[in-house]
Amino acid sequence: MSLFRTDRQLALLLQSGALLAAALVLLILLFLVKESWPVLQHVPLIRFVTDASWHPVDGLYKLTPMLSATLYSTLGAVLLATPLGIASALFSRYYAPSFIAGCYRRLIELLAGIPSVVYGFWGLTTLAPLIGRLHPPGVSLLTCILVLTLMILPTVALTADAALAAVPVAYVRGAAALGLSRWGLISGVALPAARSGITAGTLLAAGRAIGETMAVLMVAGNVVQQPQSLFDPVRTLTANIALEMAYATGEHRAALFVSGLALMVMVLVLVGTAELFSKERHHV
Amino acid sequence: MSHFTNNKSEQVDKPNTDDAYTLGPLQAGPPCCDPEPLIRVDNLSLHYGEKPALEGVSLDIYKGCITALIGPSGCGKTSFLSVLNRLTDMIPGCRVSGNVHFDHRNLRHPALDVQRLRRDIGMIFQKPVPFPLSIRRNIELPLREHGMSKQAELNDVVQQVLQDVGLWDEVKDRLASSALALSGGQQQRLCIARALALQPKVLLMDEPCSALDPISSGVVEDLIQRLRGKYTVVIVTHNLAQARRIANYAGFFWIKDQRAGCLIEFGQCKQIFEAPAHELTAAYVNGSRG
Repeated sequence: MSLFRTDRQLALLLQSGALLAAALVLLILLFLVKESWPVLQHVPLIRFVTDASWHPVDGLYKLTPMLSATLYSTLGAVLLATPLGIASALFSRYYAPSFIAGCYRRLIELLAGIPSVVYGFWGLTTLAPLIGRLHPPGVSLLTCILVLTLMILPTVALTADAALAAVPVAYVRGAAALGLSRWGLISGVALPAARSGITAGTLLAAGRAIGETMAVLMVAGNVVQQPQSLFDPVRTLTANIALEMAYATGEHRAALFVSGLALMVMVLVLVGTAELFSKERHHV
Repeated sequence: MSHFTNNKSEQVDKPNTDDAYTLGPLQAGPPCCDPEPLIRVDNLSLHYGEKPALEGVSLDIYKGCITALIGPSGCGKTSFLSVLNRLTDMIPGCRVSGNVHFDHRNLRHPALDVQRLRRDIGMIFQKPVPFPLSIRRNIELPLREHGMSKQAELNDVVQQVLQDVGLWDEVKDRLASSALALSGGQQQRLCIARALALQPKVLLMDEPCSALDPISSGVVEDLIQRLRGKYTVVIVTHNLAQARRIANYAGFFWIKDQRAGCLIEFGQCKQIFEAPAHELTAAYVNGSRG
């Protein structure tokens, strides 16, 4: 501990801030568990998988269709947004002239700032009819994936860009001195060096996709069913909570908190994985 | 790629070796054979923006020899090296003028294949720059880039160059582990091995020992000694004793009129250190200036 009084005061202030932030996460978890307790105490966890359907008023709590809708839409969005985001970061970092790169980066930042309801609005009025022409009804898992892709693309692009910017100049010079081409530098040195940062950014984006509610609610169709194809309407866990919370009471309400808990656990797993990746210092 | 052999024994064993140029024993006065210039620099000047960094440098780099560039910091020695492998192309606002010929070709020609040039003229930096890859991948990466793809061939080269820099026995069991885990001296030798794998004609070394501890520095210095004859080495060093020990030729740079670096004197190492023609050189090598 420092001898200086101001140091001690600052440390105390910062410690209490950190404690508060950590406590908030714990409190939210506790709150979720408490609110879902009425259902959890007499419904075994397995029934959230084995029940016939989601009819919480009749005591049927099958969560798996919504769980798979959330997982599929997130997975699809991450699979699409990751290569696009990395390509966008490579463009602005290594190929674009600096003026264009600057403008481009501002544009991507702007994209990150668009409210999700606007994305949903656009998806509902423009994208869904287009997909509907391909295969009705239009509001579907595919629409949901595409809108989510657009929404998390800036996150992937900006974090990948930051990770690439952090690649030491010495590597770039060293690669040039070995006669490596620009692509040789990118694929051989820059991407491996930025890998942990890019992975962490992608997982962050996945967290955003899991939690996204409004845009998804507007374009996914909200039918509780296990999706058989990309064109099936689906309902995600988040949309389910938003749709039913307004009128849910008793065990129905508690069951919605269970879906919230499931979401929270998914995000925690993601954050944990992200932490593991960003700590990893070993490269091959 | 053949093993490097000690200068002296090479002379005794095979006096008329054709790919390696041999010189007389170190510090023994004039070289035993006529030195052939590999790089000819004529009236080279270099500006960063409006600020001049080098003015009117003319010198010849002789094939198979070690040329040391000495002088105080900020007198343009590193800039000079960067001109020779065109790393100056990467610095915005950097302007070069004058003639530089490498192997009778104009090194500053705009249409020159710079990647090919950098393969022929390798560079070692002051701070070792191993890439965040495995030891093996560090050496394989530039080889693959330049078209070698057979794994057996790659393995052979990796082993060969690691043996050449005396690193093989230290790392042969952990080729797949990160190069960043090596010590500073080992990293620098890995960087030299990586450069040698491309079979360059010239190696530019920018204070390759100054970031290393004395023992590693000694190991790297011995390695540079063994490169003599097979490679043409241009080394920037602030360690005058080291320059004196290893160089055949030496060039002394100084900052003229507080603005741009220039070459004060260039000649055989022995002459520069023992009978300098210029009083600034004499003052610098004797330690009374600089």
